[in-house]
Amino acid sequence: MKLGDVIEILEAKLLAGNERHRSLDVKTAFSADLMSDVLAFAKAGSLILTGLTTSQVVRTASILDAAAIIIVRGKIPAEETLKLAEELGIPLISTRYILFETSGRLYANGIVGCVEKIGGTANGAS
Amino acid sequence: MTLADIAKKLNLRVLCCTDRLDRVVSGGYVGDLLSDVIANSRAGDIWITRQSHRNIVAVASLKEHAAVILALGKEPDDETLEKATDEGVPLIVTNLSGFEVAGRIYELLTRS
Amino acid sequence: MNRSYEKTFSVEGGNFDNAGMASIEIKKILKDLQISDDVVRKAAIAVYESELNIISYARNGHITLYVTDDAVNVDVRDEGPGIEDIELAMKPGYSTATEQIRQMGFGAGMGLYNIKTCSDRFEISSTVGEGTHLSIKINRNGQ
Repeated sequence: MKLGDVIEILEAKLLAGNERHRSLDVKTAFSADLMSDVLAFAKAGSLILTGLTTSQVVRTASILDAAAIIIVRGKIPAEETLKLAEELGIPLISTRYILFETSGRLYANGIVGCVEKIGGTANGAS
Repeated sequence: MTLADIAKKLNLRVLCCTDRLDRVVSGGYVGDLLSDVIANSRAGDIWITRQSHRNIVAVASLKEHAAVILALGKEPDDETLEKATDEGVPLIVTNLSGFEVAGRIYELLTRS
Repeated sequence: MNRSYEKTFSVEGGNFDNAGMASIEIKKILKDLQISDDVVRKAAIAVYESELNIISYARNGHITLYVTDDAVNVDVRDEGPGIEDIELAMKPGYSTATEQIRQMGFGAGMGLYNIKTCSDRFEISSTVGEGTHLSIKINRNGQ
């Protein structure tokens, strides 16, 4: 699926990033409010779905080479967070749906969890 | 859709309050920040989280959640399990990630 | 062993605004050295968790990156409270994080465990009341 399709399915807005990002291919996602979990379990190229809007989310996504950040519940990050996302080249998307609905809609459209089950799947063990 | 249907279809491990599996699940909520869950979740939701502290029982009880699912194999502390049993909050563990379990429950709920 | 690159970064305890900046710079350096993506990512995660630990718990610390022909090495030293029970601190889910740290989405007790998982060799030593020392090695080729 293209990031543009994700934006459409979630009736979302691209807050940081450019039109080129809409053609980015995405297959996997990870939902969490705990950045520690994102660091431990999310994989490169995944969508990160979260209710957090701090600049730490952007840095975490950058460290992991995540495809994009999807912020739920219609939250809009502070200007400096958006600026950091632009600087680090991480597309940042905002949807009004809650994390459950966001996860469900993407799952129903074929996105899978970047880690399905635990058991030797933390970063580095793969 | 009842808790029993969901637990059976997704092969979830119910840790306590198995006498309450006839509860109807009306929606879902994924969240790890208690303040967010208190503010935005609804009664009848099945709450999916990675928090295992006993405070989750108070939140689930207060918000009248159908159950709490601990994702990615998170085991609750002993006192969390004890409190959940006392309060009648079904605690469920799955090895699935929050995204996966939310996706599967979403499909079950939207199809029924 | 020939050290082809070495640099030290200072990290200030309690300064959450800049948390992750050293990690992002280290990631960029490693990419510029044309180290494989997988190794860069593991190193970046290990450094990021280390950086967050210094910011969350210590007064200050230093992260030294040195790259050899066969490995990316990271040395982390902090001046802080130290860790009383290392075995317990290594356990996934164990955390002494404050509410402030948790509200930022950290402090879920995955830090040291995650660093170890990303490393091919991981050593930790700590003196209570003085500080903690981590030695991290990630092999550049072969797992």
